[in-house]
Amino acid sequence: MAELLRIENLHVAFPTDDGLVRAVDGVSLSLNEGETVAIVGESGSGKTVTGLSVMGLHKKGAAQLSGSIHLKVGDSTLDIVTATDEEIRLVRGRAVAMIFQDPMSSLHPYYRIGNQLAEAYLVHNPGKKKEALKRAIDMLDLVGIAEPDQRSHEYPHQFSGGMRQRVMIAMALMNSPRVLIADEPTTALDVTVQAQILILLASLQKEFNMGILLITHDLGVVAQVADKVSVMYGGRIVEQGSADDVFYKPAAPYTLGLLKSVPRISTHGSERLKAIPGQPPSLINLPIGCAFAPRCEFTSYAVGNICATDRPELLGSSPAHLSRCHVAEATRDRLFVEELKEVRK
Amino acid sequence: MRNFLVRRIFFAIITLLIVSAVVFAIFSLIPFDPAALTCGQRCTDQIIEGNRVKLGFDKPLFMQYFLFLSGIFFGRSYGAGSAAFSCPAPAFGYSFNENACVTDLLREALPVTVSLALGALTLWLIVGVSLGVIAARFKNKWPDRVSSIFVLLGTSLPTFVTGLALLIWVTIKWKLVPLSLVGYTSLLENPFKFFQYFILPWITLAIAFAALYTRFTRAAVLETLGEDYIRTARAKGVKERTVLFKHTMRAVLAPIITLAGLDFAGLIGGAIITETIFNLPGLGRLTLRSVFEFDLPVVLATTILAASVVIVMNLIVDMLYAVLDPRVRI
Repeated sequence: MAELLRIENLHVAFPTDDGLVRAVDGVSLSLNEGETVAIVGESGSGKTVTGLSVMGLHKKGAAQLSGSIHLKVGDSTLDIVTATDEEIRLVRGRAVAMIFQDPMSSLHPYYRIGNQLAEAYLVHNPGKKKEALKRAIDMLDLVGIAEPDQRSHEYPHQFSGGMRQRVMIAMALMNSPRVLIADEPTTALDVTVQAQILILLASLQKEFNMGILLITHDLGVVAQVADKVSVMYGGRIVEQGSADDVFYKPAAPYTLGLLKSVPRISTHGSERLKAIPGQPPSLINLPIGCAFAPRCEFTSYAVGNICATDRPELLGSSPAHLSRCHVAEATRDRLFVEELKEVRK
Repeated sequence: MRNFLVRRIFFAIITLLIVSAVVFAIFSLIPFDPAALTCGQRCTDQIIEGNRVKLGFDKPLFMQYFLFLSGIFFGRSYGAGSAAFSCPAPAFGYSFNENACVTDLLREALPVTVSLALGALTLWLIVGVSLGVIAARFKNKWPDRVSSIFVLLGTSLPTFVTGLALLIWVTIKWKLVPLSLVGYTSLLENPFKFFQYFILPWITLAIAFAALYTRFTRAAVLETLGEDYIRTARAKGVKERTVLFKHTMRAVLAPIITLAGLDFAGLIGGAIITETIFNLPGLGRLTLRSVFEFDLPVVLATTILAASVVIVMNLIVDMLYAVLDPRVRI
């Protein structure tokens, strides 16, 4: 399995009047062919900013990037962080494509679907209008849109939400990119449609052997499709590992909190939703110690007051499963097993 | 589309009937004898009464209104015998001050005002939209700052100041445009003279409107640039230039055209100040003169004309919008 994308120690900060917003603070991850890597976290955890960084879609001047994003382009690699605008533009939509959260507003309301799709091809293959339109129809067909020829002449408002997301996926696939970034691809859709879109993405992934970077806050979606998971909190990765590890042996208190807060249909009467208490931290003034400490129920198990004073490193007994926590790994294992029993009852 | 047109035209006619009836009623309430206004200093009761009968002012008000309406469609004749005269359809009455059918007065004034408004519209659209796009593209950089100074000046300087300033400097001091331009020349007759005649009035009107359009375009472009579909275009690898001039401008165009249509309609109603400063024999000056001289038939006609233009332009703008925005179907 060839590595398609490697993010190393990525920092993204936005200067504002109130101070520097550290949206992404030292994120590293890698994505291989045919693999789905999920970035999970709540709003403002830096997951979308990470995705946009790979696309080079941050405004020059508005964002300060450091670290590296090595993207495989053909046989060579390009570091998005240091590449020029033009180099990134030529890669966008060709080597790496992105689908967005809200398909209702992500398509241009004034242009026909066929032309919008064709443009994605034409940008990288100038002058081939005929091929572009033909490919647009083929792609619409591939993503399951009936009568693609006829529908390619229609406007976005004539499509339903699920159909528009299919159109967005078709658009992303116009140049058969190796890497697909899917930013909350199912969040704006009905639950029944969500499943269809996920199944579609999985089948397309097989067909194109794509690496998918799935950005989501929906653990249900992650459980269905992800191979590897990175859990983000306050701009940092707090847990990273295989989907099985993260789901069945969570090592970070925040991951545990996320798992516990998934609402489930209870067999015995009504049950209150279990939310993580407190608010996500401000990205301008992150706590000096562990960013999650103010909301964490396990701080008393750590040595002294270390959770409030020291930033935990991303560590683990196995390099395939890392987490940030000051509480001893054995202690966490023991505590979390009990908690999970409660959840999985 | 056809249903829409039929419905809209029907309502346009109703609106015009109401407007004309209201204006008619207002003039009947003015404490002046319209017949007395028709004759000069050497007036006798006999002449006044004669004119009253001639012009139909002796009839009840609703009858006068009916005669006015029928004149629009069938023309109207006044008096009898050798002193009789008539105005062919569409007749909007007879101006005693000018001794002419009102329609003829309008016919002379309308081309001047339309030329003024069309030229100014073209100028302010070019300047306003370009400046707005540049300001948005270079937001908070020096081009944006310069354009915001222009916006401030354009919106705060009244046309009588910019107009007079242009007249004093360009025409009188620098002599770039000759002052002694007598009468209106049509574009077809002598294009050079036409431009000489209108260039300063165009600039005067355009400065005020261009400032508004700069501000509007800048805001619309900035708002559109923040739309999700613009991010989609960038994600496809579309060049920044194409993002701005194709994807963004396509969305910004529709509201600008709407605005332009309505502003244009307003100007046809009379750019009174500009026409007065530059002595243009247009509708604005005609209205102004008729108001000062209590030339009621002319005031009535210009008011109804202005209302009709606004109504018709509204209809055109709505239809244009449906063409420009595929989401709007009529």
